[in-house]
Amino acid sequence: MLGIDDPLVWLAYILCPAATGLSLLWGLYHWNENDERLEPEDRQWAQEEREVENEL
Amino acid sequence: MQYSGSVGLFDIIVILVYLLVIGYLGWLGYRGTRTAADYLLAGRSAHPVLMALSYGATFISTAAIVGFGGIAGMFGMSLLWLTFLNIVVGIFLAFVWLGEPTRRIGHRLGAHTFPELLGRRYQSRAIQIFAGVLIFLFMPLYAAAVLTGGTVFAVAQFGLDFDTALLIFGLITAAYVIAGGLKAVMYTDALQGLIMVLGMLVLLVFTYSSLGGVTEANRYLTDMANLVPARLQAIGHQGWTAMPAIGWGDHRYDLWYTVVTAIILGVGIGVLAQPQLVVRFMTVRSRRELNRAVPVGAVFILIMVGVPYITGSLSNAWFAQHGPWLYGRVVANLEADGRRATVELMRQEGDGRWRPAINEPSGKANTVPLIVETRRTVRDIDNQPLELVTGRSVSIVYAKGKADEVIPTYITSALPRWFGLLFFMTLLSAAMSTLSSQFHVLGTSAGRDILEQLQGGHRPPSILVVRLAIILGLILAVSISHSVRQEYVIARFTAIFFGLCAATFLPAYIGGLFSRRVTRAGALASMIVGLISSVFWLLLVKTREASAIGLVQWLTNGKTSLLMDVPNWPEVDPVVVALPLSVITLMVVSAFTPKPEASHLQKCFPLFS
Repeated sequence: MLGIDDPLVWLAYILCPAATGLSLLWGLYHWNENDERLEPEDRQWAQEEREVENEL
Repeated sequence: MQYSGSVGLFDIIVILVYLLVIGYLGWLGYRGTRTAADYLLAGRSAHPVLMALSYGATFISTAAIVGFGGIAGMFGMSLLWLTFLNIVVGIFLAFVWLGEPTRRIGHRLGAHTFPELLGRRYQSRAIQIFAGVLIFLFMPLYAAAVLTGGTVFAVAQFGLDFDTALLIFGLITAAYVIAGGLKAVMYTDALQGLIMVLGMLVLLVFTYSSLGGVTEANRYLTDMANLVPARLQAIGHQGWTAMPAIGWGDHRYDLWYTVVTAIILGVGIGVLAQPQLVVRFMTVRSRRELNRAVPVGAVFILIMVGVPYITGSLSNAWFAQHGPWLYGRVVANLEADGRRATVELMRQEGDGRWRPAINEPSGKANTVPLIVETRRTVRDIDNQPLELVTGRSVSIVYAKGKADEVIPTYITSALPRWFGLLFFMTLLSAAMSTLSSQFHVLGTSAGRDILEQLQGGHRPPSILVVRLAIILGLILAVSISHSVRQEYVIARFTAIFFGLCAATFLPAYIGGLFSRRVTRAGALASMIVGLISSVFWLLLVKTREASAIGLVQWLTNGKTSLLMDVPNWPEVDPVVVALPLSVITLMVVSAFTPKPEASHLQKCFPLFS
């Protein structure tokens, strides 16, 4: 099928777009879930991260 | 070979415009809220497409496109299993399973680098310094792979010699890295990601359409199995749409262990412990952003690694149908009707007579598979009659036996010059986005993880020291790229780095995220065992690397591997041995050493306390 005789290579050829499709569906299904509030530790981390980047 | 040959004014203008746009976006990044940390500080989220493209552009480099694409040109579509792992492990598992705990623990412990995450999780300065040193020492190897990937294409596209192309490519990326690329500006990464996608899509459409469609192209490639060069058939190559022969105890299974253990497993799993990717998880706002990045990231990876592996393999079909003519003397017929044969390549002298074309490095006659088109009688160098056949061969023949040159040779031979320029932009983008992250990590490892910790963690290292470390890393990467020019060196350097990261960091990293029982001693022992066993295997067992380094020949009076007499072991990648050893060490040492303090565990895992 698809011009590929070896079942293992054929499977990989099919599984690549299939895994991408499932990832797409998974992402869309969970699109609006788990939007968490920013904690003080998150802000503190981001502030420090900006300083680390600026140092570079 | 129909190389495009020279650098034109148009090429220079396009490259300059590209660099100016990247420079402008970088400047915008300095002015406003354009880095991931800026978004987080502003309480907003980077657009998921932006975030995923930025992650993907860091993930995928010239090593994947040119290096592994070239490997696919030589070994075939079995490499699509690596694409599958890159999507499932490198995107889905990484984002869904590791992303959130990494972000959460990283923020709680105030970690900003991967070594710092490990060090703070295990309350160990030694772990942080150890990880920092390892990254500082080995990251230049991976950076060299990225540089070589861009350089070999510049050689083919612009007709430059390797050293000049390396210098130009190195200078452009160094200027970008030092002048601003380090500040992980998401807009530049995203633009680079978009250019990469565009380049790959054009390549895919061109390749399949020039070969008559998907099924026709694949079928043609499948039917070329008997054209696999003899030296590859001898190690188990069964065709470009077939897995290598599987078995144990015979050299005809060697290729399976190279493809499956080093390329597919080593790189496919190693991505989870890539320092420059792990730190990206800490820059997102919430689990929602990680979820949203999954679909875009998966599509991006499918295109960025699926396309080069498919087109790399199919380049064999393109050269067999459209490649430049080759001339030879039949050594053996591969088919009864003589339409396919193994030939000794011939070249014509100025006086019209024909002599064997000698393979320069080996000094031997160049024997290759050929699809025979015509036969005629000519005179050889001794003025004797010679039946000369004309025909076409497979990619690796046109790439002069070097897998790294398969993709550049295919693109400069098969596609119009404007695409070569677009592809160069693609590679420049892939190299810049990856190199900037690599040197960001290298700089922070040298400064924050090594020097600052050695000074007791009291004051940050001077900017000058960090910059010197980055420049040293760059010089090291360019030197490695300049000195080591062996067969498929890009993919091998990448596989070595990914395998080392997997064996050394992965058990301690995952254990640190999910287990309250893993101890400081367990983590450090696991990292040391992972590193030592990987290095031992590379120096003394894995033939290609061991023989190139030379220690094993010195110790054993000329053997290229300690296990040279046991077929297949010398082809097995270190990760297959080192990763299980590292995992076992983590579990055993943790079982017999004191548990971490309860207060520290509560800080790391508050929900479970």
